[in-house]
Amino acid sequence: MIQVINVSKRFLHNIVLDGVSLEVRDGETVALLGPSGVGKSVLLKHINGLMKPDAGDVIVDGLSVPRLKRKEIQQLRSKIGYVFQYGALFDSMSVYENIRLGITDETCANDDGYCNDRVKECLRLVNLAPDVAEKYPAELSGGMKKRVGIARAIAGAPKYLLYDEPTSGLDPVNADVIDALIERLRDELGVTSVVVSHDVRGSFRVADRVALLWQAKIRADGTPEQVLASQDAAVQQFLERDLEMGLIQAEGEARAKRGA
Amino acid sequence: MARRATITLDLRRLVGRWSLRAADHTGRFTFLVLDMLRGVAEWRIYLPRTFEQAQQVGYGSLFIVLLVAGFAGAVTSLQTGYQFTGTLPLYYAGAVISESMILELGPVLTALILAGRIGARYAAELGSMRVTEQIDALESLGRSPITHLLMPRVFAGILVIPALTMFANATGIVVGFFTAKGSLGLTYADFEYGARYFFRPLDLWYSLVKSYCFAAAATVIPCYLGFNAQQGAEGVGRATTTAVVSASVSILLLDVVITQLLLGVK
Repeated sequence: MIQVINVSKRFLHNIVLDGVSLEVRDGETVALLGPSGVGKSVLLKHINGLMKPDAGDVIVDGLSVPRLKRKEIQQLRSKIGYVFQYGALFDSMSVYENIRLGITDETCANDDGYCNDRVKECLRLVNLAPDVAEKYPAELSGGMKKRVGIARAIAGAPKYLLYDEPTSGLDPVNADVIDALIERLRDELGVTSVVVSHDVRGSFRVADRVALLWQAKIRADGTPEQVLASQDAAVQQFLERDLEMGLIQAEGEARAKRGA
Repeated sequence: MARRATITLDLRRLVGRWSLRAADHTGRFTFLVLDMLRGVAEWRIYLPRTFEQAQQVGYGSLFIVLLVAGFAGAVTSLQTGYQFTGTLPLYYAGAVISESMILELGPVLTALILAGRIGARYAAELGSMRVTEQIDALESLGRSPITHLLMPRVFAGILVIPALTMFANATGIVVGFFTAKGSLGLTYADFEYGARYFFRPLDLWYSLVKSYCFAAAATVIPCYLGFNAQQGAEGVGRATTTAVVSASVSILLLDVVITQLLLGVK
């Protein structure tokens, strides 16, 4: 279970998180929504200890993340897969080497046979052909980079998966592919996931619960239906604007299909 | 009066900001060095990467280091001839060329070249990795960026720079001799006599000690600045420029300090 308890974080005079609390139960997928620059990624980085809170606590698997020592946090991180917004693939390494680096268990990581099989398996899980393994990140499209990023994150068979804007910068078709992939991984691997996004449509599709981060605080937290039914003006404003964009995109796609 | 108050206030603010920044850098730098010392035991991770880096840095820098050392030897030889001809015995040229190369020109020029060449490379590589979240990705995979990225680079520099310095010393002396032979008519016997007359084996150790200290400055500072780069491409550019300037200035400062210490030893 992941528990974010009253976490506050500021950068100089900019308060990014102000007493934020959030709970993600085992096996659950929670979408963390909010406008760009509101601090969603910052909150995500607190969960795997890439950032430390100014106040409050983050508890993962019963361990207080900010208080962990170097070795302990490295061990905890091997249980948490992190999918970065722009993939963050190591550009000097091939796709194979990138995914292999995600195998965090020391014994498995040194076993070539296991690594070859695991890399193939991860590529299959993210719908990529085995020959992609030989390519370098510069040779991949944006959607493929995201999928390789996901493959690397699941290579160590993590218990938790944190997605940082997995569909941002992708066209609607590729965004749908990634959303379907998140759903599939949840069902096949049974991981606990936190998906940071500003894409309402996709988030409502993949999430069991949705939380809205607005002006440094959690403004709404509940099932997609509960959040949609919220009377909070800020929640409505955010949802309407994003759903409107979704409708415009869907209309555009339909028009393109008719034209074709 | 009001203007004077504003200037004083601005000055105070400026000093305050600079002091805070200096304290911030000192703290971060100290923690980085401590982390590196803590990571020394994890040799299985950094050693293979160190050799990879050393190969790239060593081969890549050899030509430019030897070229510059050769020119330095030639110029030293010509200037020695210009200043000493007719006033001192010719064999003094052998002493001046070899001692200048071993004690000063070899270590300093090699370090300055490598501060520019590998310092810029390290800062740009690590800076790009920082702004594209590759360093965060490495950390999120439970790996330490210190042992995976920084230590191989620093150790590669510390391994390669002293070796390159020795090659530079030798090249400078050889080219210096041939230049003196051509311009002054210095014989090998005279050159060898002069070089041996003033040479102490300790001089080579001084050269080596200097080059190790310079190697540390030329690698640790760029790695630190690249590792802490921020704000996209502009931040990487700034980190790279600052890395080269800071490493070069540090080398020159270290040169003064070490030379004083060495003279004290003598």
